Amino acid sequence: MISRAKLRAWSRSPNAVVYALLLLGALLFPSISSFAVGNNTLVGLVADAGVWILLAIGLNVVVGFAGLLDLGYAAFFAIGAYTYALFASEQLGSSPLHHSFHLPFWLMLFVGMLVAAASGAILGFPTLRLRGDYLAIVTLGFGEIVPRIFRNLDQWTGGVNAIGGIDPPTLPICITGPWSFGNDLAIKTGVDCSFSTSDPTAYYVLMLLLIIGSVILVTNLQKSRLGRAWMAVREDEVAASAMGVNTVSIKLLAFSIGAAFSGFGGAYYGAKLSLVSPDNFEFIVSITVLVMVVLGGMGNIPGVILGALAIYFIEFKFLIDLPANAVNIANAVGLQSLDVKNGDWPGLNDFVQRLNFLVLGLILVVMMLLRPEGILPSRIRAQELKRGVSDEAVSDVAAT
Amino acid sequence: MKALDSIRSTFAGDVGTAIFSGLGVVALAWLVFLGIQSPSGLFQTLVIGVADGSIYALIALGYTMVYGIIELINFAHGDIFTLGAFLAVPILGFFGITDTVPFTPVILAILVVTVIVVMLLNGLINITIERIAYRPLRNAPRLAPLITAIGMSFILEGLMFIWRGPFNLIFPDLIPDTQFTFGAYSIGVKDIFVVVTALILVTILSLFIARTKLGKAMRATAQDKQAAQLMGINIDRTIAATFFIGAALAGAGGVIYGLYFNTIRFDLGFSAGLIAFTAAVFGGIGNIQGAALGGLLIGIIQAASDRYISGSWTNVVIFGILILVLVVRPTGLLGMRVPEK
Repeated sequence: MISRAKLRAWSRSPNAVVYALLLLGALLFPSISSFAVGNNTLVGLVADAGVWILLAIGLNVVVGFAGLLDLGYAAFFAIGAYTYALFASEQLGSSPLHHSFHLPFWLMLFVGMLVAAASGAILGFPTLRLRGDYLAIVTLGFGEIVPRIFRNLDQWTGGVNAIGGIDPPTLPICITGPWSFGNDLAIKTGVDCSFSTSDPTAYYVLMLLLIIGSVILVTNLQKSRLGRAWMAVREDEVAASAMGVNTVSIKLLAFSIGAAFSGFGGAYYGAKLSLVSPDNFEFIVSITVLVMVVLGGMGNIPGVILGALAIYFIEFKFLIDLPANAVNIANAVGLQSLDVKNGDWPGLNDFVQRLNFLVLGLILVVMMLLRPEGILPSRIRAQELKRGVSDEAVSDVAAT
Repeated sequence: MKALDSIRSTFAGDVGTAIFSGLGVVALAWLVFLGIQSPSGLFQTLVIGVADGSIYALIALGYTMVYGIIELINFAHGDIFTLGAFLAVPILGFFGITDTVPFTPVILAILVVTVIVVMLLNGLINITIERIAYRPLRNAPRLAPLITAIGMSFILEGLMFIWRGPFNLIFPDLIPDTQFTFGAYSIGVKDIFVVVTALILVTILSLFIARTKLGKAMRATAQDKQAAQLMGINIDRTIAATFFIGAALAGAGGVIYGLYFNTIRFDLGFSAGLIAFTAAVFGGIGNIQGAALGGLLIGIIQAASDRYISGSWTNVVIFGILILVLVVRPTGLLGMRVPEK
């Protein structure tokens, strides 16, 4: 049983409050939003946001815990998504293999994770002795190469035509009832138990479970011996290695554990969207996840979750609705002329549509300058980022 | 893990260099083989490669100088290059040039003025960026300025996107398209123009760094910031000057790019910048001659890959080289200035 003192200490930590609020919000959200909006679209949107939360949690292990900048994180996401897509669609039937696979989602979720983790280890093994910024560039190069390979190997992956018709997750047995489109109460099996995009609640629940599992996993990792080693390596690699930390294997673990989460995210993403295209894994994806981590607070898990939700909302709701809203507002105050194309002025609608890059860039710069520790900082990381480190790691690219 | 470590250290040492040179020899042999098959085809590839490579070299110089002096990968540098091309369009428009115009001495004079104005503007913009985004973070952990540099890259791209939208812009075609033909070999005026301009700029830069007081200050600051400061060098001003020169060269590169390809786009700098960075690393980052050499080689590799492999695999080849260089020989071809701390 949890002792009283432990409970008190737990309730005093700000993270616990945030977790509790997040969990409460997550549980109540489907019913409240369906009641308020009258349909399930918001639930679907939040289920999609969950993919980004998973990605942010994973990247946080690499950037926040171990202090390695990974600019090619989307590559692992792509690897996870393609792993599921290839083995859960007709795609391989039209490949030189002439045989398609339909492996169950629940298995592929973990296969995707393992494949992503393995590719993280393969990339990390030769490159992790590089100093931080070199590592960033190598990962960036990797992030550029991977989607391009998926695009170019079109007889296997369909190339630009993408892989469509990916199987949704299916439960072996389920109970239908009034909650699923007013059906009668019945126990069903097989295809009837497939997740459907028209009712995203199932996806929402699945995503919630994935996130809760990941958070528990990552929190325990952070507190473990490995987590302390990551912190030591992040703060002073030389001192850490002098204390007997095997820095290379520690960094390799951070890299491949971080990649594992994007493998999860990728498999889920492929299943939910039912379509995987090389265009979905470009550099902007890696940067968006990085912005989520930086904005939320590097190294702090609830911060990162909040950051992911905030950026997802800004990117995929606010900025997408903004053009129409801006035009409506302009029309309401009698500035219809603003939406007329005129020379270099593209009209208000197009103008607002173009803000995306600028907003992401501004968030990165302003956060780094004013509050490098993020909205909800990790206390240790905040100290480091505010005061700076007097001497950067000595380990050089030029290993002898 | 012991075994892995020993494999790794062998890789980094002489074996790495051996692998690296081995691959170089194979690549060279392959080029010679292709040259015997079709000499004119190879010549054409080399011309395209050297012309593209000159532009990459101009961008790579900025990366290498900034990295040499403050050890920052100036991620926004590729977009500074695009900005040069974007700024040149309205300046040429100011002189009444918006479309293809036959080449005259007047046009040449206008071009020279445009390039100089673009270089100045670009330099000033980059100094401002350095002042706002990098200087306050000089003592922060290394990741901090790198992240702001990425942010700055997005801001610049975003501003150019807002300014001109997602379209391919037409850059006035001012250099004549004449080809000089010698039997099966031919070379265009444009190619010569690009190479000569780049050569002039690189020569001026080398002389500047080797001969002037500011150049000496830059070398001193790159070697040891604190010692340089003790010798009475104004570090902030020296670093600002480095950013100015880097941006000026990239801006000139942007204008040359526009004149050579005649079409520009707001996100041009992303891949061009990455490729130029690869060139800088390839040649040995921190090393001016290395950046120029790396630029030329990457240009040739790109052209060869476009022609003999496939355009869609070119970026895979180039970034593959980047990863390979960093893994087996992080000091690049000509060696880097190893920071001693």
